[in-house]
Amino acid sequence: MSLNADVIRKDFPIFETLAHGKRLVYLDSASTSQKPQQVINRMVRFYETENANVHRSLYELAEKAEAAYEGARSACAGFIRARSDRSIVFTRGTTESVNLVRFSWGRSHVNAGDEILITEMEHHSNLVPWQLLAQETGATLRHLPITDDGELRMDLLGDYVTDKTKIVAVTLMSNVLGTINPVREIADAVHAVGGRIVVDAAQAAPHMPVDVGELDTDFLAFSSHKMCGPTGAGVLYGREDLLEEMPPFHGGGEMIREVYDDYSTWNEIPHKFEAGTPNIAQAVGMGAAVEYLTDLTMEAVREHEKDIAAYAIDRLQAAGATVYGPADIHGRGAAVSFNLGAVHPHDMATIIDQEGVCIRAGHHCAQPLMRRLGVPATARASFYLYNTPEDVDALIDSLEVAKGWFA
Amino acid sequence: MSLEDLYKEVILDHYRAPRNKGRLDPHDVVLERNNPLCGDEIELFLRFDGDTVEGIAFEGKGCSISQASASMMTEKIQGLSAKESGALAESIKAMMAGEEEGDPDALGDLVALKGVVKYPVRIKCALLGWNTLLEGLEEGGKSHG
Repeated sequence: MSLNADVIRKDFPIFETLAHGKRLVYLDSASTSQKPQQVINRMVRFYETENANVHRSLYELAEKAEAAYEGARSACAGFIRARSDRSIVFTRGTTESVNLVRFSWGRSHVNAGDEILITEMEHHSNLVPWQLLAQETGATLRHLPITDDGELRMDLLGDYVTDKTKIVAVTLMSNVLGTINPVREIADAVHAVGGRIVVDAAQAAPHMPVDVGELDTDFLAFSSHKMCGPTGAGVLYGREDLLEEMPPFHGGGEMIREVYDDYSTWNEIPHKFEAGTPNIAQAVGMGAAVEYLTDLTMEAVREHEKDIAAYAIDRLQAAGATVYGPADIHGRGAAVSFNLGAVHPHDMATIIDQEGVCIRAGHHCAQPLMRRLGVPATARASFYLYNTPEDVDALIDSLEVAKGWFA
Repeated sequence: MSLEDLYKEVILDHYRAPRNKGRLDPHDVVLERNNPLCGDEIELFLRFDGDTVEGIAFEGKGCSISQASASMMTEKIQGLSAKESGALAESIKAMMAGEEEGDPDALGDLVALKGVVKYPVRIKCALLGWNTLLEGLEEGGKSHG
């Protein structure tokens, strides 16, 4: 089943707007995606007909809210092939999901002398929490190097996963390089030494099929807003037995079973980790986004993005750009970072914005990776299911304008 | 002024042929500052003769607006008193914040920087050199208030 981006675009009302009077060419979906009418309508319907608090009220309206919220949880479980809804903790997004693992699992399992392994290509959200955990516990933070082509040095994995390794944190798809990492191989290595793995799927979940069983991951984090859903919602998947034995993250209402003057007992998973009134409408919107993507199939989304990224990379290179990340389209996603000679990425972003083209320029929340690549900044065009070859052509035309100014 | 005019008439001239680019030795003050969010970098060298900024030069890398603004700054500041330099920097900052119109007679070419105000995310690029200058005057023990 192939995907027709021209038809899909019609689902996204933002594309009816203009940018500087021109066709909106949105190439920053790795940062946040646009939202289809189906998701927007679902959230409106929730507020108009189902709104109440969840888990604590005894009237019909609250049951509707509960059904919508828990239905979204089931949808998210199905989306990543989790066996049980109990494995799905709603959070504010990937960053909070990773921090939940850091606080709850990390503080109770990582000690001085242990090792935490990340990679040179991590986003700050899967890097800074582990720096902090290392500082808090006295553990050592290690970084698995990458090749010049932006792939993990898997040949060195044996040196970096040791009997001291307690947890590995790795991205499934790089937000800068697009690299799709061999996460299963890393999971097997860390499990062999009795450690755990947390996978940052913020970029992968919106763009390719993700199966937590196939990856054999212990934890996996992703965000709604990068996959057609609203901001303020995300998921931490955790293996049930691990979530069961982990202490709570935030304390408050909803996460407790019984509260006494000096102590409390905890609710069942996943509710143990959802203190306070959650972002209910956002979770419902995330569920609608999952349904939207599932109807199209993630296989079709991935195929479409391979085509569009391959076309973009070809045209960028023909235009004289240096493109970062793996050359083989089968090993990468559709976030394409590049530099264009003398045109600094910031100048480029400002200039091509005048042509209606939205790209990201800067360090992409990955400063150590920028240092590794030896560049202060890159431009990044990232593509999604609604992008067409016409968008790539508009990008290239706008880059010619920018080059012209600097010529 | 359109973005294209801003770039073509002012920014690119200084970006391609920056004035006073390089180290200044000897110097009284050297200061390195960056915009961590975008990676623009400036290393500013100052040499004083009494209260006068007798020598000024910069090293740096970054977008054209950050580097051109620093180049224009060095051209303008050379030979001014510390007090005049500080006042000029404050007035550029006020102009970029939209608090002042900017006096074309006092600012000369620098008034072109006003074109950047329309692009709020780039204002910090334009101000990197000027903020570094204010810190440099301070570090050199030069009151500029």
